[in-house]
Amino acid sequence: MHEEKNNHHIGYGTYVLVWIALLAFTSITVTIAGVSLGRYTLLVALFIAAIKSALVINIFMHIKFDEKIFKVFLLLSGFTLLVIFILTFFDFLYR
Amino acid sequence: MSSHNESAVAQNHVHRDDVGAKMGMWLFLFTELLLFGGLFLVYAVYRYQYPDQFHLAGMELNTGIGTLNTIILLTSSLTVALSIAAIQKKNKFLSVLMLSLTLAFALMFMVNKYFEWSAKFSHGIYPGSEELLSLPNGQILFFGLYYVMTGLHGLHVLIGIIILSIILVMIIKDKITFDNYIKLENSGLYWHLVDLIWIFLFPLFYLIQ
Repeated sequence: MHEEKNNHHIGYGTYVLVWIALLAFTSITVTIAGVSLGRYTLLVALFIAAIKSALVINIFMHIKFDEKIFKVFLLLSGFTLLVIFILTFFDFLYR
Repeated sequence: MSSHNESAVAQNHVHRDDVGAKMGMWLFLFTELLLFGGLFLVYAVYRYQYPDQFHLAGMELNTGIGTLNTIILLTSSLTVALSIAAIQKKNKFLSVLMLSLTLAFALMFMVNKYFEWSAKFSHGIYPGSEELLSLPNGQILFFGLYYVMTGLHGLHVLIGIIILSIILVMIIKDKITFDNYIKLENSGLYWHLVDLIWIFLFPLFYLIQ
């Protein structure tokens, strides 16, 4: 089971597909930036960036196929960052 | 983990812990995440405080060169992933080729960065310049963050170029092979992180229209 998991090799094709998706998302985000969406512009841009990161982390960085503990670490550090952001903004907005 | 270690020992007659090595790399990447996270936090607070001035200053940046560098970095991430896939399939030639392409893309990124920054410098916009300091606070902050964040990212690209060059030599000299490629894999992880950070820097700095 363990060995099997470690030997999960992704084919060239999958990587190329992910790369095409990443380029597509890049062109979408550049196009959308030209259209005025008001306050949603930033949200849409960050949402697309999040999708792109998910692709890079899961496929290019193999986290989807690697040891579970790496995923736990990643979620933990992401959560830490989120808490820092939320606490800082609470302080900043209600000071 | 220990069972993996034992099987690795049995197979290669050397002490090696690939999972441990990778875990160390991931832990390092998380410190990097928090380092850049802190800078993104500063950016978020000041963008919230000076939305209009960030908008004005952001218009000064060259979206075309930013987009080009995004495409270059994404493609370099692909080639480094392909380099790992190739060595797993015992295709040394393809692995070397893909890693060399990664290095070429990384250099292209830095050349673009050079032209981008020189253009800004020639317009008198660089940290501490009279032209910059005459601007309102929000714009000074925007350009300050722009230089610090893309500068720190650029430094990571330079370090990546050095690391990947060493790895390239190791593959050519058969120090990294199809059954021992953890160094290539970990360097790849580092390179993907550099790409990840750029994925967020790009819309936050270059796409403020």
